[in-house]
Amino acid sequence: MTQLFGDFSDEPISSEEYLILGFSPSSVPLKQRWRNNGLSADFMADYLTTFFPTSDDADNSIVSKQAEVKSAAGYIANELLENAMKFNDESSQYPVSIQLQLHDDHIVFCVTNSVFPKKVENFLAYIHKLTHSDPQELYLNQLERNAEEENESGSGLGLLTMINDYMAKIGWKFETITEEPKVIAVTTMVRLSV
Amino acid sequence: MEIKTEDYHVSYDTETTTIYCRGSLRLSGMEEYTPIVQLFTQVVDMEPALISFNLTELQFLNSSGINVLSKFIIKVRQKKKVQMVVQGSQKIPWQGKSLKNLQRLMPNLQLEWL
Repeated sequence: MTQLFGDFSDEPISSEEYLILGFSPSSVPLKQRWRNNGLSADFMADYLTTFFPTSDDADNSIVSKQAEVKSAAGYIANELLENAMKFNDESSQYPVSIQLQLHDDHIVFCVTNSVFPKKVENFLAYIHKLTHSDPQELYLNQLERNAEEENESGSGLGLLTMINDYMAKIGWKFETITEEPKVIAVTTMVRLSV
Repeated sequence: MEIKTEDYHVSYDTETTTIYCRGSLRLSGMEEYTPIVQLFTQVVDMEPALISFNLTELQFLNSSGINVLSKFIIKVRQKKKVQMVVQGSQKIPWQGKSLKNLQRLMPNLQLEWL
């Protein structure tokens, strides 16, 4: 069974330029692999810069288009990978992947990971909140709520900053891969205008 | 007060009452951010008249880091006598996108672009 939420486009890749990184299930603890998220995100962001050449007459005091795209892509890829690794259902043996597609006026990130079947309901409730609230209000409320807690498990800010600060469009696809054992994969799609 | 690793450097200069964050902060959650949170809390507890928060060399910050910075701003806001200046760099793109949110948390916070 497949379900789509938010801004998810389920068409085959129309872009001819894309990059995919895959991560096989690992027995190495996440803490030791954490650095890989940043390295992979930096690599993807760096790869993108080829397609946004710097102009020679660019004013040094202004951030160039290239630097802006690189920074935004690096932030988004890193957050998506951190989430995918954190929420991945390690017992499923399902790989995590991140894909970057280049289009004329936008780029798309698709990250796929498995999720614990028991956590799907909470995730869907969060998606509902994210897609039916004012993102700025939600962002500030989240910060105030986090400030009252000493040991929150996650900040809940990753996707919100993408929407608020980077004007990204986000969608999700939930797919049941196998019934026995139950394996559910989620693809998070983030579209960024460039 | 100082925390220095291969990736980042957080320090407090008592003479200028300035906290510097440099490098790249992408730690894996609140637990790993604890030493940095403790440094921030120590500074807030000293209640200097003004805290300068210098981020001009902070190249990267993940969402857990944004959470840590925001919690710090809220702690400062609660100390009514402490003024706050955040110093950012327009050459670092994420700062142009995200630092304004700190001002929303503390309206009388001054945001300076260096």
